Amino acid sequence: MLNRRTFIKAVGAGGALALARAGVSEDRGPRTDLRIWDQHSHLGAVPGDTPEERMAFLVKCMDRVGVERLVLSQGYSDDKRPNPPEQFRLENDRVMRAVKAFPDRAYGSVYLSPALPEFSIQELNRCIRDGPMVMIGEIEADARCNVPGMDPIAEWAIAHDVVILQHEWLNALGNHPTESTPFDVVELARRHPKLQIVCAHTGGNWELGIRAIRSTQNVYCGLAGSDPTNGYVEMAVRELGAERVIYGSDVGGRSFASQIAKVEGAEIPDSDKKLILGGNLRRLLTPVLRKKGYKI
Amino acid sequence: MIDTNVYVSQWPFRRLNGDEPARLVAKLNDAGVEQACAGSFEGILERDIAGVNNRLAETCHSFGNGMLIPFGTVNPKLPDWQEDVRRCHEEHKMPGIRLQPNYHGYKLDDPVFAALLKLATERRLIVQLALLMEDPRTQSPLMHVPTVELAPLADVVKGTPGVRLELLNCTSQIGREEYAAALASGDVSMDISMVEGVAGLARLVRQVPLARVLFGSYHPFYYFESAALKVRESGLDEASQKAICVENARRLMASL
Repeated sequence: MLNRRTFIKAVGAGGALALARAGVSEDRGPRTDLRIWDQHSHLGAVPGDTPEERMAFLVKCMDRVGVERLVLSQGYSDDKRPNPPEQFRLENDRVMRAVKAFPDRAYGSVYLSPALPEFSIQELNRCIRDGPMVMIGEIEADARCNVPGMDPIAEWAIAHDVVILQHEWLNALGNHPTESTPFDVVELARRHPKLQIVCAHTGGNWELGIRAIRSTQNVYCGLAGSDPTNGYVEMAVRELGAERVIYGSDVGGRSFASQIAKVEGAEIPDSDKKLILGGNLRRLLTPVLRKKGYKI
Repeated sequence: MIDTNVYVSQWPFRRLNGDEPARLVAKLNDAGVEQACAGSFEGILERDIAGVNNRLAETCHSFGNGMLIPFGTVNPKLPDWQEDVRRCHEEHKMPGIRLQPNYHGYKLDDPVFAALLKLATERRLIVQLALLMEDPRTQSPLMHVPTVELAPLADVVKGTPGVRLELLNCTSQIGREEYAAALASGDVSMDISMVEGVAGLARLVRQVPLARVLFGSYHPFYYFESAALKVRESGLDEASQKAICVENARRLMASL
């Protein structure tokens, strides 16, 4: 039996060596072969007084953990359900400023609401068709994603080869009345079989969320914004296939670390990790990136 | 590296990669962990705590060549809980105990908590206190367990001179001001397993003393890599990283 004295002796030796072995000291940086692309990030809860400053901070953190590029959307302000519509425009403008400052590290994604379908189409045209953005979402608004107001947005996305990132949760304590669930995402995806849509959180309660989306092939399992609970990614790969699982972080409220860990720590083949951490997102974004002449 | 927050045995609601001790030890060894403070998931719900602690001690003895340091469970709402403290200390030679107040049904202003801290301190045992085990939003609807309310802790610590306490699973549901107050009340530390936000660890050490922040992975409930990558993401200098990953835990244990 190890007693208290031998414990103290043991922990006193080799600390620096262990630090290096554990990969937390600077002499062993992140893996670069994974080509991590993060499909879910925000400027909220990030230090800095401007979108550019906040993005610069994110880039520093990305470099530390090996994130090559991220997709940035709403959330600079704390208001989760902005009103009037001009606030959506303001959020999108902030994202475009951040992306413009770091075009090699970030893409922008449009914030809109199915409660404002006409405005949303205008904003899609402004930010994607005529602007630099490449994705839709994270949609988190005053209406669930199964409402009719979401149909024109879905049709626009299909017509322009653009992916939607949809906020949803299955909160054991109860969802907000206008908060979507994975079942709502499935309902929308079945109405629009050509739509490519990512569940931002796969329910949070992932054992339920994965099952909810399992049979709907055009719905993807987003890993962002929940605790790094052991087994999440293994179940997702087993039930959906690695091609339908997509890494995202939900920074700044979350860390890159806890969300990358879900994939890096999973007992799955390295080839699956590469798909989840970046390959799948690059595949989904390829049509719109090509249209815009962006380097993939 | 010293990991102050791992568990052995099985989580009641899910099998976990690493809930078999040989796999747990292999994982920690691969990650560069030399020592790990191990509690038992069984101690959360089982009432034969003495049996739980016997098995914990046996597991830590049988696997890892001394890597796993047992921290026995004590439930002060059970009859004769003082005997469990004695056995942890005298029979199992454990350096500390691990408490689960929300699963065991008491708040930190309950006099029995103060009595337990006093007894542990008299025996020079480190006390680890888990603030929650799972995000309340993802708990089974049949078993909702609220997060421990931290506010009463400072007064209890002030009333227990010499206590050495580590808070585990320091969720962001509790504000940084509450953590700062708890850490200022005495020899109180916190682990990093649930610290969140981009570069969240760097922000934490601007709000609480670096010397009170300890590496804890909460493996196997969490992927081990989460805590390790948080250290890397923090951008803290090597000396600070070493303090969190090694030296602060060493100092906590050194006064045994």
